[in-house]
Amino acid sequence: MSPSFTIDGRTVAFTEGQTIIQAALAAGVYIPHLCYHPEFKPHGSCKLCTVRVSGRQSASCTTLVQAGMVVESDSPELNDERRVLTQMLFVEGNHFCPSCEKSGDCKLQATAYDLGMMSAHFDHFFPSRPVDASHPDVLLDFNRCILCSLCVRASRDVDGKNVFALSGRGIKTHLIVNAKSGRLADTDVALQDKAMQVCPVGVMLRKDKGFSVPIGRRVFDLKPISAYVDASDAIAKE
Amino acid sequence: MNAGPSPVAQAVSAAVARYRADPHYILQMLREIQEACDWISPEAVDRLQQALGLPRTKIEGVAGFYAFLYTRPRGRYRVLFSDNITDRMLGNMELLEYMCNQLWIERGKTSEDALVSVDTASCTGMCDQGPALLVNNFAITRLTRQRVDEICELIRNKVALAAWPREYFRVEDQVRRKDVLLGCELAPGEALAAACARGPEGLLEEMKTSTLRGRGGAGFATGLKWEACRSAPGKARYVVCNADEGEPGTFKDRVLLASHADLVFEGMTLCALAIGAKKGLLYLRGEYRYLLDQLNAVLARRRRGTLLGAGILGRPGFDFDIEIHLGAGAYICGEESALIESLEGKRGTPRNRPPFPVTHGYLNQPTVVNNVETFAASCLVAHRGGAWYAGIGTGASAGTKILSVSGDCARPGLYEYPYGVSVSEVLQACGAGDVQAVQISGPSGVCLAAAEFGQRIAFEDIPTAGAFMVFDHSRDMFEVARNFVHFFAHESCGFCTPCRVGTSLLRNLMDKLNNGHGSPYDFAEIEKLNRILQSMSHCGLGHSACNPVLDTIAKFRPAYERRLQHKEFEPSFNLDWALESARQMTGRDDAGAHFGARAGEDA
Repeated sequence: MSPSFTIDGRTVAFTEGQTIIQAALAAGVYIPHLCYHPEFKPHGSCKLCTVRVSGRQSASCTTLVQAGMVVESDSPELNDERRVLTQMLFVEGNHFCPSCEKSGDCKLQATAYDLGMMSAHFDHFFPSRPVDASHPDVLLDFNRCILCSLCVRASRDVDGKNVFALSGRGIKTHLIVNAKSGRLADTDVALQDKAMQVCPVGVMLRKDKGFSVPIGRRVFDLKPISAYVDASDAIAKE
Repeated sequence: MNAGPSPVAQAVSAAVARYRADPHYILQMLREIQEACDWISPEAVDRLQQALGLPRTKIEGVAGFYAFLYTRPRGRYRVLFSDNITDRMLGNMELLEYMCNQLWIERGKTSEDALVSVDTASCTGMCDQGPALLVNNFAITRLTRQRVDEICELIRNKVALAAWPREYFRVEDQVRRKDVLLGCELAPGEALAAACARGPEGLLEEMKTSTLRGRGGAGFATGLKWEACRSAPGKARYVVCNADEGEPGTFKDRVLLASHADLVFEGMTLCALAIGAKKGLLYLRGEYRYLLDQLNAVLARRRRGTLLGAGILGRPGFDFDIEIHLGAGAYICGEESALIESLEGKRGTPRNRPPFPVTHGYLNQPTVVNNVETFAASCLVAHRGGAWYAGIGTGASAGTKILSVSGDCARPGLYEYPYGVSVSEVLQACGAGDVQAVQISGPSGVCLAAAEFGQRIAFEDIPTAGAFMVFDHSRDMFEVARNFVHFFAHESCGFCTPCRVGTSLLRNLMDKLNNGHGSPYDFAEIEKLNRILQSMSHCGLGHSACNPVLDTIAKFRPAYERRLQHKEFEPSFNLDWALESARQMTGRDDAGAHFGARAGEDA
């Protein structure tokens, strides 16, 4: 018999070496997450997937399951705190959903809706983050970056290119590209790269394709992000 | 005429050669390139990238993380005023403004002739002899208006830093009270010889018997840590000394390294003997750059005396050596896993834990990370025995603690006491009268009010990494908390959402209160942020970022209430302030350039 643990009272089987989020998603239990992606090494930075295990909170994407563990995830207290995290991400960048091409396909927007976020609550920072439109196929809109580092990991670990990295520190942390000019056009990025397909928000946009799926029929228009359990595939297909 | 290689090319190839093109030394290479070229230019990154075969993003990611590395020109003279609250109390901001005026520059901007820039830095560890500044990372203490005048003159005349008067750079120890550690007269090698006689297992037993606990603040049992590292499987084991003394108000490690470096290196060597390590690394904060050459000289002397190197004290197989890495302005690197990342030449972001360094540390191998003071104290244990050491202090806190005392007192400096000393005893010794508050263990520690001065310095009462900042009744405790909150926002590494955004939100809230726009609503907001930072943050920086505010609200509420002009809620946005940048651009400050009450007054 395989070992098991409980999450929100539900008994879930797991295999040795799985993290809490891996085991939960595999069993169809949704835990909110933004920087986690099943195909990449966990980063543990967005903290949306934080759960409570024996009184202590920790990111479920970096915590290994142990047999008999009692995990609390879908509780009002944790969801309140998660909602504050989404509000923080909204005020830190410049997120104007109504004019964003990724509206309806955006994990940040969908997670915020799902957690019942009704306003940004905090004062907006309105940072100045110029877009990079230098590349013929791809537009980079840094205004929406949530520093999840998925493009960094995809470019490094799958594409073998290191097109992206994080630089700066603290609230000034930002995405950079691998070119002396600092422009995407001077990197070896290509539209087919994995790095182009993993952004959970709307930083990376194809230039030749806009609004091909009308608003109202997009991934999270059809059902909320929690109903997908893991929405990575659905977004990648879009 | 033969032009030869450019200065940048020379600096890069020298740095690459010195560190054998090992990418783990990127931070050290960048630091040396900047010392030679004043900044890290795109050309320098190009050349480094070619020499190391690394992606450009890797180098720029590291360079962008550390406050003392510049990827834009910052001038030949880069002046950074230490901006701890103790420097503020000694008038650092007036001197900074004065210097900017004298040099005709704006704070934070480089002069148009690319000669000089003036800005602030987090506490540089000179609190007992401030106000202090760093010029090209070298510390100048006891600033006065006259000294600022002289410095401006030297800068205008482009006098090389090496030719500046030596007395500017004099840093005093100011040891006010010695006990077993600061008063110890062990000759180099004496503790090591005693340990060799006992053997590694014997030494470990003495360490455990001593119940010595880590002096960096967390207080983990040192003997147990060494034993766990010794028994952890790995290809190699490492000894790391955490000399990234960044907690504002702490400067004891500076004195230990300046005047007792043998004890520190010997403690590291003891640890190497106990765990079977061949290599040790001392991570020295960039603010203590001035100590680097003399520390390297001590290492060289110890090698000559067979206290380091192959066959230490003639013991076959006892091979161990130490190298010094310099930080570059990042408080977070005092967190042990961030420190290890930095030692590996990466951005100083704390790792996901577990696993802990004791099993997966430097280069993913078993590693002991201890504080400077812990290593020094281990020499006493090795020499006099664990039982003797355990007899000093209190039951749960063996030994002595060095306190870095600064702020409003007659005799700032170092005070070494056995654990169990009360706060009021220390206050009396340092000549502090009319004391309103004491901040113990820095911004991440605890703020005590007068009623609590009977409490004791000990792990079981008030644990501390060493900072002891005194505030008399003339001080505004709100300003103290605001200074600490700005510190945390500046030093957050930016890795996790709650700390990256939360520390900035907290800073903005405190500035809002400071600007007279606070209301009781903001207290509730601060408490809400504290909950999120406590429960969601990745490391201790986020967990403790709200401490100074919560402590001072609880204990010095009038300092906050003075600033509350509104009973319910007041937005932080203000039409008149929003015009400030327009006023600055147009050079106007007349009534017509203002909204609201101010316009009424002027009219």
